[in-house]
Amino acid sequence: MVIAPAVVSPGLDLESSFTQLLQGFGLSPGAAHLLWLPLPMLLVLVAAVVGVLVNVWLERKISAAVQQRIGPEYAGALGILQPMADGLKLLFKEDIIPARADGLLFTLGPVLVLVPVILSWLVVPFGQHLLISNVGVGIFLWISLSSIQPIGLLMAGYASNNKYSLLGGLRAAAQSISYEIPLALAVLAIVMMSNSLSTVDIVNQQTGAGILSWNIWRQPVGFLIFWICALAECERLPFDLPEAEEELVAGYQTEYSGMKFALFYLGSYINLVLSALLVAVLYLGGWGFPLPVEWIVGLTGQSVDAPLVQVITATTGIVMTVLKAYLLVFFAILLRWTVPRVRIDQLLDLGWKFLLPIALVNLLVTAGLKLAFPAFFGG
Amino acid sequence: MTIASSTQFICFVALSAAVAIGALGVVLLPNIVYSAFLLGGVFLSVAGLYLLLNASFVAAAQILVYVGAVNVLILFAIMLVNKKENLAAIPGLALRRVLSGAVCAGLFALLLRVAFSTPWATPGPVPLGDEATIRIGEHLFSDYLLPFELASVLLLMAMIGAIVLARRDVFASDIVTGEPADQGLIEKSRTPLLLEKPN
Repeated sequence: MVIAPAVVSPGLDLESSFTQLLQGFGLSPGAAHLLWLPLPMLLVLVAAVVGVLVNVWLERKISAAVQQRIGPEYAGALGILQPMADGLKLLFKEDIIPARADGLLFTLGPVLVLVPVILSWLVVPFGQHLLISNVGVGIFLWISLSSIQPIGLLMAGYASNNKYSLLGGLRAAAQSISYEIPLALAVLAIVMMSNSLSTVDIVNQQTGAGILSWNIWRQPVGFLIFWICALAECERLPFDLPEAEEELVAGYQTEYSGMKFALFYLGSYINLVLSALLVAVLYLGGWGFPLPVEWIVGLTGQSVDAPLVQVITATTGIVMTVLKAYLLVFFAILLRWTVPRVRIDQLLDLGWKFLLPIALVNLLVTAGLKLAFPAFFGG
Repeated sequence: MTIASSTQFICFVALSAAVAIGALGVVLLPNIVYSAFLLGGVFLSVAGLYLLLNASFVAAAQILVYVGAVNVLILFAIMLVNKKENLAAIPGLALRRVLSGAVCAGLFALLLRVAFSTPWATPGPVPLGDEATIRIGEHLFSDYLLPFELASVLLLMAMIGAIVLARRDVFASDIVTGEPADQGLIEKSRTPLLLEKPN
């Protein structure tokens, strides 16, 4: 794990505390590290799945509010157990493979869609040391992992032996190829400002002046490009052409049922939460509080390194990250239930003829501003 | 053997087996769709090998370019023209297979000879780790500038060529059959780019 720069407070380092504790019991450093390794992975996996449950409940409740309905009400208080009921139903449904379908590819497709999305959680930071691995290529890893997904979608579409599925798969692949380029260019502008691909460094570059130092003020155009492209990559409603009900039944998921369908469902919702988290990390200061935490701690007369203060700041960091992400998820859900779907030619026009040139100009302007005002745009 | 090195060894064996078996599958399987999907698997395994060599940037670039772009486009092309047709039997297929097998075996023997006769520097240079991204950037803008620019010019040429081939309205006649192109069939929002409409 990379050692934090001296200016930033080290924050809570659970890994070193845990391994030190185990070494106190007489274990070797290697064995202590081995015992530590599965813990953050399990935690993040559970967090991702719980995030999906919350997301499904939000989607049902907010869509109901938008359409002046009540929504789920009887399963738990405010219908909060409804997503559990949905999940259990899918778990117990019969798993059907169509007679003329290609069984192997049909099974492999949903897996290939879900695995890269979960792997991408590797680089999502909830605090200075609160992430699975601070890999040097951080955000680039996410971009390259998300490019594996269309293969799974094409596989599912092809293996279903159904023309709607195949069309849905082809549309999904075309869409994700087109929107990946402006997305990567928007990320590149951020990377240029923070001089690093690592997500932790990107957040650290936005600390200092609280809400004023967040990237959204320096990259407003990049923020919009990233958000539009992230919605398109998640196939959320203005861009949900691969599964457009009126045209393609359900696109590549048409023939799927039971747990395989649930994998697609899970994948798309985990991807939505992940995209929202990454928008929060790239543009909204990640785990940063709107007021600088060091300043507040200084007012109370405590040291930043005091154990209690560290626990409180780490908790604030996690709460802030999740809060920002779910605010964005709320906007995504609201968008889904208010705007109509675009046509396929409008979708490709928007991606190639509008977002791509704008993203290139944004990158050029950022480079120019970085040279002109190195103090504000990262030296 | 420590835990880290044994994990590394197991990963190396698994990835190498995946690369070798997958590559054989790409060549030998009769179904072209399976071959294309296996090719993606081979690219992914090669990215895993790069990761084992501490070259994480190269691994991520390998996935982005080869799996995310090249392989998806191959699959796209296969699925867009996915016609079930029985190809005519090629005369002397067995002899052709034996010949190409012999050529491949010869090439394999040559590569083995090179691999065993080269004095490899073991252990190799110290891996840079996360510094590698910066070093790659420095090289691309200094001593590898010319190859880098040449490759981008080549890509630009390919792109323009593809656009010209795809936009049939720039030709007055069909390039395959030589007949005048039916301009009414081509969907377009403005008049042809280069040529007048044939009367």
